[in-house]
This record gives sequence, C-alpha cells and structure tokens, in this order.
Amino acid sequence: MALAGRTAAWWARLRSPCPAAAPLCLAGWMPAAGGRWYSCRGKEKLDMSTYPVESIRNFSIIAHVDHGKSTLADRLLEITGTISKTDRNKQVLDKLQVERERGITVKAQSASLFYNHEGINYLLNLIDTPGHVDFSYEVSRSLSACQGVILVVDANEGIQAQTVANFYLAFEAQLSIIPVINKIDLKNADPERVEKQIEKLFDIPTDECIRISAKQGTNVEKVLQKVIEKIPPPQCNTADPLKALVFDSTFDHYRGVVANVALFGGEIAKGNKIVSAHTKKRYEVSEVGILTPNEQPTHKLYAGQVGYLIAGMKEVTEAQIGDTLFLYKQPVEPLPGFKSAKPMVFAGMYPVDQTEYNNLKSALERLTLNDSSVTVHRDSSLALGAGWRLGFLGLLHMEVFNQRLEQEYNMSVILTAPTVPYKAVLSSAKLIKEYGRDEITIINPAQFPDKLSVSEYLEPTVLGTIVTPHEYIGKIIALCQDRRAVQKDMLYIDENRVMLKYLFPLNEIVLDFYDALKSLSSGYASFDYEDAGYQTADLIKMDILLNGNPVEELSTIIHNDKAYAAGKLLCERLKEAIPRQLFEIAIQAAIGKKIIARETLKAYRKNVVAKCYGGDITRRMKLLKRQAESKRLMRKIGNVEVPRDAFIRVLRRETDK
Amino acid sequence: QTLCQQWPYCRKRCSYCNFNTYVVPAVDEATMRACLVREAHTLLRLSQVHSITSVFFGGGTPSLASPHTIAAVLEAVAGAAHLPTNAEVTLEANPSSTDTSRLTGFRAAGVNRLSIGVQSLDDTELRLLGREHTAAEARKAVEAAKGLFPGRTSIDLIFGLPGQSQDTWAQGLEAALGLCDDHISLYQLTLERGTALAAQVRGGTLPLPPQDLLADMYQTARTVLVAAGFRHYEVSNFARKGALSNHNLSYWRADQYIGVGPGAHGRFVPQGEGSCSREARVQTLDPVAWMREVQCQGHGTRSRVVLSPLEQLEELLTLGLRTDEGVTHERWRHFSPQLSLQAVFGVPGEARALQEQGWLLLDGSGLRCTWAGLAVLDSLLPDLLCQLQGR
Repeated sequence: MALAGRTAAWWARLRSPCPAAAPLCLAGWMPAAGGRWYSCRGKEKLDMSTYPVESIRNFSIIAHVDHGKSTLADRLLEITGTISKTDRNKQVLDKLQVERERGITVKAQSASLFYNHEGINYLLNLIDTPGHVDFSYEVSRSLSACQGVILVVDANEGIQAQTVANFYLAFEAQLSIIPVINKIDLKNADPERVEKQIEKLFDIPTDECIRISAKQGTNVEKVLQKVIEKIPPPQCNTADPLKALVFDSTFDHYRGVVANVALFGGEIAKGNKIVSAHTKKRYEVSEVGILTPNEQPTHKLYAGQVGYLIAGMKEVTEAQIGDTLFLYKQPVEPLPGFKSAKPMVFAGMYPVDQTEYNNLKSALERLTLNDSSVTVHRDSSLALGAGWRLGFLGLLHMEVFNQRLEQEYNMSVILTAPTVPYKAVLSSAKLIKEYGRDEITIINPAQFPDKLSVSEYLEPTVLGTIVTPHEYIGKIIALCQDRRAVQKDMLYIDENRVMLKYLFPLNEIVLDFYDALKSLSSGYASFDYEDAGYQTADLIKMDILLNGNPVEELSTIIHNDKAYAAGKLLCERLKEAIPRQLFEIAIQAAIGKKIIARETLKAYRKNVVAKCYGGDITRRMKLLKRQAESKRLMRKIGNVEVPRDAFIRVLRRETDK
Repeated sequence: QTLCQQWPYCRKRCSYCNFNTYVVPAVDEATMRACLVREAHTLLRLSQVHSITSVFFGGGTPSLASPHTIAAVLEAVAGAAHLPTNAEVTLEANPSSTDTSRLTGFRAAGVNRLSIGVQSLDDTELRLLGREHTAAEARKAVEAAKGLFPGRTSIDLIFGLPGQSQDTWAQGLEAALGLCDDHISLYQLTLERGTALAAQVRGGTLPLPPQDLLADMYQTARTVLVAAGFRHYEVSNFARKGALSNHNLSYWRADQYIGVGPGAHGRFVPQGEGSCSREARVQTLDPVAWMREVQCQGHGTRSRVVLSPLEQLEELLTLGLRTDEGVTHERWRHFSPQLSLQAVFGVPGEARALQEQGWLLLDGSGLRCTWAGLAVLDSLLPDLLCQLQGR
C-alpha cells in the first residue's frame, strides 16, 4: 500500500457504525511529556489509556510538491518532543533512500505526537501524505483517516495544481481545513497574494490563513493549536468489541509482518487472541505500540488510536491491507476495506537472467507488501522468458518501484515500455467465447486484438488541472492540443495566474507530459490529474524492429494519428541510445508488416584508442574489463547488443527529472 | 628489459594533456637528478635484470632537463645493469627546447634517438592545442634533429582537432611527410576529462569532430603513409627502413619494464625479493612527495599489484593486437604454456565469429587484426576478453 494508501479509509467510514456514547474525557495525566518519549524507547511501555477519543486528533498535511510539507512535519515532531531538535531533522518521515534522493515522499508515514494544550494532553496522529501526482490516490486514503487537514501553500509560488486537487479531496471528504502559508521568510514571499488566491478559489476568508515559516519554526505552534481547536476528535468507543483496520504493513526480516492498525472500537493488548476477517486465521498478539515515528511499544491501544501490532504473521500475504481484525470469538461486521488502488500504467518486468527468477519473485513479494498499489500478474514472453506484468499508479511510481528493487533488494530487471489499460469491445464470436465476455482490458500490447475482431477500442482519460503564470498560456494550450486534449475550463485565480482544465487521453500524459509542461513554462506551471473514465479511440499496435527483429520491450499501443510521429521519434532516440557496433543497424517502426519509420545506425569504422603505452595500460585494462562485464548484461536482439537501460531512456524525454 | 624515466615538469600545460605533469617556477634539478639516479639504482637491483635494451626519457618535457641529468641517469643504469652500446636511448623533446646546442649535449650524454612533439605544422592548430612553438620552430627543430640523429628522429602528429577538415589534415600530412625522418606517430586527439580542450567541446564553444570524419582521416593517413614506404606497425605508429621504436614495442609485447620517476608505471618481477610474480607498479605521482620517499627509502613505489596469470594474458592480448605482428604463438606460450592461442580463440565462439567476419586472423604466426579490424580493435577486445575469461 505504501505508495498508495498508508492510512486508510477508516475513520470517515467509521462514523456511521460508531455509537455516540463516547467516554468522558478524564483529562488524562500524561507521564512527563517532552523528550522522554523517544529516549525511553524499549525500556518502558506507554499507557495509552490516558488518551480517550476526545483528546485525539487525526490529521494530514497536504500540499503541492516542495511547498514544505515534510519540513512542517519535522517541526511538529520537534515541538511535541517526538524527535529531538537538531539541525539534522530533514524529512524525518521520508525514510526510504529513494525519497531522500529525489526529495519526494513516496510512502506515507504516520506519527503520534503528544501535546499539552490548555492543561489537556492531546494525542495528535499526523499522517504524512505523498507529494506527487502519481500518489494522489494515497492522499485520498490518508485523508479518509482524518477529520482535518493542514493545507500548506508556498508564499512565493502560491496555489498550484496539486493544491487545488488536494483541497477538493479534503473538501469533498468534509474535513476541517486549516490553510497555512509557508516560507514567509523567503525574499519573494507574497502571503497577501496567496491569501487572496485562497479566498477566491476555496472561499476561505483571508484571516483564517496562518502565515508560517516551517524552516525557521515561525508560528508553527499556532498550527498545532488550530489543529486542536478546529479539528473534531474521531467518533468511536472503547467499550465496543475490538475492530481494527489494517491500513498498512511492513515486512521485517526478524519479526515478520508489522501491521499498522487503526482502532475503530475496543482495545487491544499483548496476549489477545485475534482473528483476521479476511483469512479467518487466528493469531496471538505479541506486541502493540504507536509510531513516534519509530515503533514505541505500549501496554494497549484503544479506540480512536493509531499504532502497530505484531502477531506472528509470517507470510506477506497474511496481512491484507484493508483487512479487519477482531477478538477471537467476538466477531464484528468487517470494515468496508479499501478499493484496491487503480493502476494507470502497466509494464512487463523480467529478470535479466532467468536463473534470477526466484530471487526476483521473492523481492517482488516483499516489496509489494509495502506497496500494495502495485498489481502483479504472472506473464511470459518468447524473448524475455518468465516474468510479470505490473501495474503502477504512474511513471514515477514505476521508476521508484524499480529503484527500490535495486536499492533495497539489489535486483536488476528488464522493464518493457509502459502502457495504459486500454479496452476493446470484441465483435468476433470466437474471441468473445475465449474471453467469456465481450469487453476486455488490454494491459499488454502482445494481447492487442486485431481490428477485424473488434467493434471499438477504448482508451482511459483523465481530467487534468494546470496552474500557470498567464504568459505561458499560449504554449500550454498548444501542448495540450498536441496531446489530443479537450479544454474544459479556464479561470484566472489572480491577475497573472490561470487555472486550466483539460480532458486528456491518459497515454498522452503518462510518459513525458509533465516534463514537457515544466520545460516550456520554465518550471512554473504545475499539473495534477484525476481519473475520468474511458472514451473510444482509433488505436493500433506499433512494433520497433532492430535489423528486422522486434523489440518486445518497445511494442506499444498508440493512437493512429500519433503513430508516424511517435515511430519516428522512437527510432531517432533509439539511434542515440544504442552504441555503434561493428555492423550497420536498421532501426524501424512498423505497424503490422508496414514500416512507418526508419533510422540507420552506421557501423563503427574506427574505435581504437590512440595511445597505449606503459602508463596507460592499467587504466585501459580496467575500462576494457568493465566493458567485457557489461557485455554479459547486454540485451541481445538478434545480433544487436543493447544496454539494458536504453529502452527506458528512449521512452523518457529527459533522463533526469 | 627496458627502463622508462619520467621527467614530470613542463613549461606550460597543453590544452589536451592530462598527464601527470607539473608547471613550477623553479625545478630543483640537482635533487631531482639525485632521486632519479637513486630510484633507478634501487629498482634495477630489485628486478635483478642483467641487461637493459632500451631507455626512454618521457614526461612531462624531459628535454627541459639538462644533458647532465640525462647522463647521470644513464651512468646509474650502466652501473646497476649491463647497458649495451647499441641500446636504444630515446628522449622526448619539444620543438621549443631543442636547439642544436642542447641536442648536441643530449647526444653527448648518450641519447641516440629523438621523439619530437611536433603535433601539427599549422600555427592555428598549434595555438588550439596550447603548444608553445610555431610551425616554423618545429621545422627547424626536426631539421636539427635529423642532422644529429639521422634515421633515428621521430615526430608526433595529432589529428581530429575540433574544426579540422579532411583536406586540412591531408595537407598537414603531406607537409609532415616532406619534413619527417623514418618514424611518425599519429595520434587521434583524445578529449581527456579535465583538459581545457574537452571543457570547450563540452561547453559547445568548439565542435566535436564527427566519428566518420575521424575514421576517414585515419584511413587517409594509413593509406598515404603506407604508400610512402612506411610500415604501419602499431595502431598509431609508422616506421620505414626498420626504424621502429624498440622501446615502445616492448610494451606491446608485454616485456618487462621498469618505471622510474614521479607517476611512472612498471611491469616486472621483483626477483631481488625472491618473488617470481609479475607486478604492476606505480610510483608516487607528486614530484615533491616522490622525492621525499626516494630520499627516505630509495624508491617512491606507491602501489604494487601482483598480476594473475589471467591478467597477464589479458594485457598481452590487449597490447599485442595493437601491433601488425599481433600476439605470436611464441609470446603467448611464454605467458600460457598450457593453453594455446588456438585452444582459446580457434574454437567456436565470438572470436571465431570475428575471424569469419574479417576482423581477425589466426594463423601459423599468431593472432592479429586485419587491416579493417585494427581500426575497430576496441570493439573486438571486450568479446575476446570475455572468451578468454571463459576458458
């Protein structure tokens, strides 16, 4: 779930089944707050009974990427003594190497904060959310775990596309929204302008905005106070039978599955016998605790609280995200669980070497436990052997997943060209019988049915939101038209910023739309999108051939109007990505038997280093041995050797985002 | 057994050079000399070689050293091992530090072969390369050298300069043919990282010469020089009347060589320690640190790595295939008494495919590149190394 959905739909959905009889707030005594929480980890267990639901607040921080969400989270953790104050607290909740390297949050994290306000000790559960379009699905899940959000907007950049999208997610979930204008310490900060934008677009009075600098800590305390004042507590009851929602899980090599749970009713402690509503399997709880953000064991967890439990689950498949846990012999009506994340992009994944199949299989199983938004189907191909077809939330998600496989599991893989889930309405009786239905979803170009047996093809669409300074409108409209998009709305959010809404075919934005938009607007335009159903489309399958041999990784389904241009572009880029070889290479794009584009990579005519004397030999040998080594890892298509990363490189316009 | 002496100083750094060279206001030549002499002595004793067949003074710009220093080193060599009177003693020289009187001095010190860094006979090109001399000075230097070292003067030329055309190269080559003696080294410009020239090309202020043009220039040069009676005996080296560089041939034949001076590389068996394994050795790069080490311990060896039998064969293959004689059966047997060239490369596999495609030849004399294969050797070697490692 990780990428999508860390914290689930629990609280919001809970509202209905929860009886109103909430226990009285006893103004719980709290064992000396502050720095003690992190320093005593492992020594002393916390007593969570001192936090009745009235003193609990569940909230998320939502923002456009880079508007300072993670920095604000760091400050909140510091102020509440959850982590100690040092200069090193940078993106504390971004634990993954890939998150820190790319400066994005991929896997949402939650942290329990303790905060005393007007004599009452509060338990504030902060659910961090991912900051990229690809992961907006997870944002909505995180939101459904909350009763309120902090909406962070950069005082310099103002409202961006993701701000708009996130606002509506929170608004539609009927959450309390606390608008915060961040980075007021910056030279070009213009909080007044941003307040006006917020008023115009979101109808929030300007005086409700809190101006802060998360970096310097200015007014951050005020944010915490607002969280307590404006966000209502969750509604549920400790006296009810246990009802715990598994909203995330991680796999620990030593302890097995660590399930993150949210309690919708009752309480849970070590020694409790629990049952999974999904598998009906019985477990004994060996540890419960809260996340601060590291695991902190507690005696119990109570209704309204968020934490983790370990219960001897050994198999990754045992901790289904969305599952409900209850006490043995005290069954409850299971929670609705989650709709599984809807993959937008599919790609084939194969081991570089088939002997690595089983290792890759177990790495995939483990990684998908932490990222259940990835769908996995077994697949095989003549050229690439046995592998899988994976579904991702977007291209960044796919890259991040791949990077995590490399970094955390040391696996190198072959990835095929990403494709979106097309549909075909079948007309051939034979095919309808074969599939057992007359409409199929195509997630692998190899299964693209011929036009003769299809009455129509359908392609997925999205509604995209673009926010841009007005001087780029012309270029952006041209870009959108080029991407077959239809304009739905255009609105000035202040004198010089415009919000555009377009209906896009999904495949037109999956690969490089964001990069193109960024580059033509010097980085100023922002983009977000949401699912908008299917539309009919004139689709064909295009193959790429190297000296006549098809490159399975690059087969794509494409709109008829775009085939020539795309084929030409792919051939041109492949020419750049494939090193010259001892023979000439024909790079061709083909539709069926018809060649629609061709590039020729000429043979090497000279490739020999000029100087090789005594002092050059060591360096020379090192280089040659590296080349000999990488030759073993090259993908051979016919007799053409292709570096493994060449295909994914040609599919992106820029190698680095 | 050969000996290579590094003189690490230059008066000015050329725009294309990333060698271990230093431009300093004043060279402490006396100390440098003493250290070169001492290290040569130490390493010769360590290697226990009986006879030195060639000595090469490289750099840097060794022609900036005084003839006295050259003489002192040669005396040290002769003192520690046998240095036959016909041993090849080459000095690398720059046209700007080679007037007739200096050359006479070097000859008196024992130098009998000169390699002059002409690089180009066009003043614009010389400026682009950051050379100190003009074409006229280069001509003068070569004429003077030919007078003093007849039949033993070599010139270096560079082609593939940014902006250079096939025509200008052909003209430059013709001019060089009119000037040269019996040995020419022709180097395609390599844009080494960290050099001024590479930065200009990367920054876009200078054009990157197209690959096909470079290939054409190389083919032109090979054809023209062979027609003029030169033997193309190594990728970048041409000689007529048998005027090959014996010293450089020793690298490509994977003979033993001893490197002396800052940053010098060596390949020899330190028999003086009782060892029988060939080692790759590198001397300390920085001249000041190197001198300090030589003064303290007699040598400035910074790294020594024992080469495995496989690594020795890899080097032999990589270097040997650069020459027109290739890797001979005899030489291969010297490093690999058990497994013959035929057994490794004559069997079905990549190497045989390369032979069938006309890039390589394996026959009674050994394994070597064809005329076409030599130009693309670096595309052949990874496959050959893979096959060798597989055995």
